[in-house]
Amino acid sequence: MSEALLHVSDLEAAYGDVKVLHGIDFTVNVGDISVVLGANGAGKTTTLRAICGQVHTSGSIAFNGAEISQEATADIVRRGIAHVPQGRGTFPELTVTDNLEAGAFVRKDPEINADIDKWFEVFPVLGERPDQLAGSLSGGEQQMLAVARAMMSRPRLLLLDEPSLGLAPIIIEDLFGRLAAINADEGMTMLIVEQNANLALAVASHAYVLEAGTIAISGEPEVLSGDEAVRRAYLGY
Amino acid sequence: MFLLAVSVDTDPELLLARVLDGLRFGSGYGALALALVMIYKATGVLNFAQGELALLGIYIAWALSVGWGWPIIIAVILAMFATATLAAGIERTIIRPFDPSNHLPLVIVTLGLFLAINSFVAVTWTTDLKALPSMFPKGNVFAVGVAHLTWSGLGMFITVLVMLGAVTLLLNRTKVGLAFRAVSSNIESAELVGIKVGQTLQFGWALAAAIGTLAGALLVPELQVLDPNVMLSTLVFAFAGAALGGLDSPKGAVIGGILVGLIRNVVVQSVSFIPSELSVGAAVFVILLVLLVKPSGLFGSSKVVRV
Repeated sequence: MSEALLHVSDLEAAYGDVKVLHGIDFTVNVGDISVVLGANGAGKTTTLRAICGQVHTSGSIAFNGAEISQEATADIVRRGIAHVPQGRGTFPELTVTDNLEAGAFVRKDPEINADIDKWFEVFPVLGERPDQLAGSLSGGEQQMLAVARAMMSRPRLLLLDEPSLGLAPIIIEDLFGRLAAINADEGMTMLIVEQNANLALAVASHAYVLEAGTIAISGEPEVLSGDEAVRRAYLGY
Repeated sequence: MFLLAVSVDTDPELLLARVLDGLRFGSGYGALALALVMIYKATGVLNFAQGELALLGIYIAWALSVGWGWPIIIAVILAMFATATLAAGIERTIIRPFDPSNHLPLVIVTLGLFLAINSFVAVTWTTDLKALPSMFPKGNVFAVGVAHLTWSGLGMFITVLVMLGAVTLLLNRTKVGLAFRAVSSNIESAELVGIKVGQTLQFGWALAAAIGTLAGALLVPELQVLDPNVMLSTLVFAFAGAALGGLDSPKGAVIGGILVGLIRNVVVQSVSFIPSELSVGAAVFVILLVLLVKPSGLFGSSKVVRV
């Protein structure tokens, strides 16, 4: 049994009177890629927003042994959680380099510039245009920038909200390949929320299916993708 | 009379005098526009109270210099710190509780602040006319007939350029500047990289208030009189300058402000059928024209959105 980095229990979240999460429990282990699958409106994005303190919650969110459910977003980031939000969330009016520097905002060590060079090597499309405004990048390039910016904080846990959204299939495949490589090379623990079940399950070590604000199924990715009933009901293929 | 043919003064000395006046007042408008742009850039909100925060600073400077006999430059610097502290407090208590993405309530709050500060100044210092000493020496750098470049005119022009340079360095070369630009680009993402959005906006409010106070301390001595309504028309000219420059560009604010000063003092004064009382109208006309023809102004960024 590996060590749990994130442990969520009985998590509820609501926007005003509308309850979106109805008490969910899940665990992300160190070094794993966990994926949360589910249809639109199932509560996937809200789950990630809850972890980052961007929505009011009840229940418990333990990160690295500390309870973080009532902390402010800026403090949660300092604990080592980086979030690539849906729609990339880059700073469109800032250059590629400035976006990466902003990603390292919580750091005080002298290796920030070395890290920028490192991510320019990992994502050469970014390294070729350090002074271009983020808003003028293509969708795929913006997603790479969003991932690189999140990694600039040197997080312990990387949250990704539908990274495949709006990207061409070949770009999505490339992106998931890179995510798997970052997981393998850096030992980066990831929690990925996706609708693209195929690709997500291919890189995942553990999978959860979220349905109407509750965890409907959880298990090994092979088991989920092998189960005919699960596939038809939740994964849509 | 509107029925008369348009006539334009072409006397070169008079024209030079008006250009110099335009640069002098325009520098002041540009300085206040810079304060407006700082808040707009960070929050997307036009701060109607910016002129009144400056007014409060001017009265503090007046009280320290004329009342207590302190040197005017020291008085202005202390007034800048005082209004910056007050603005930081205002941001924390009155502005931060509101949803930053919903602009209309915030604009209404700044209108309320406008009235509150104006009344506070009138109650504290009465509405009697006063005079604020200039930070610059009296006299002319040079004079050609009716045209003369005063030391204060030159001083204002240089001061506003120095302010612009300092703001530009701060935004582009410091960590707090990076936070400020990130917050103005995308508040939610700024939070997600660990930037404390509230504190960053608070810093913006404080800085804008200090800039505005300096702008007021530059302009008011040129207007000869100090009363609680002195910043009213100035705010309209500064708005026009900020709109012309592009609302989110510090450089645009200063250039726009100077252009508005030139429009007011050269165009309005030289063209016979525009009564000079209508100069505020000229500012409003500039605002309307810019918003209609080029809403992003001369140097503003049109929002880059990829869908």
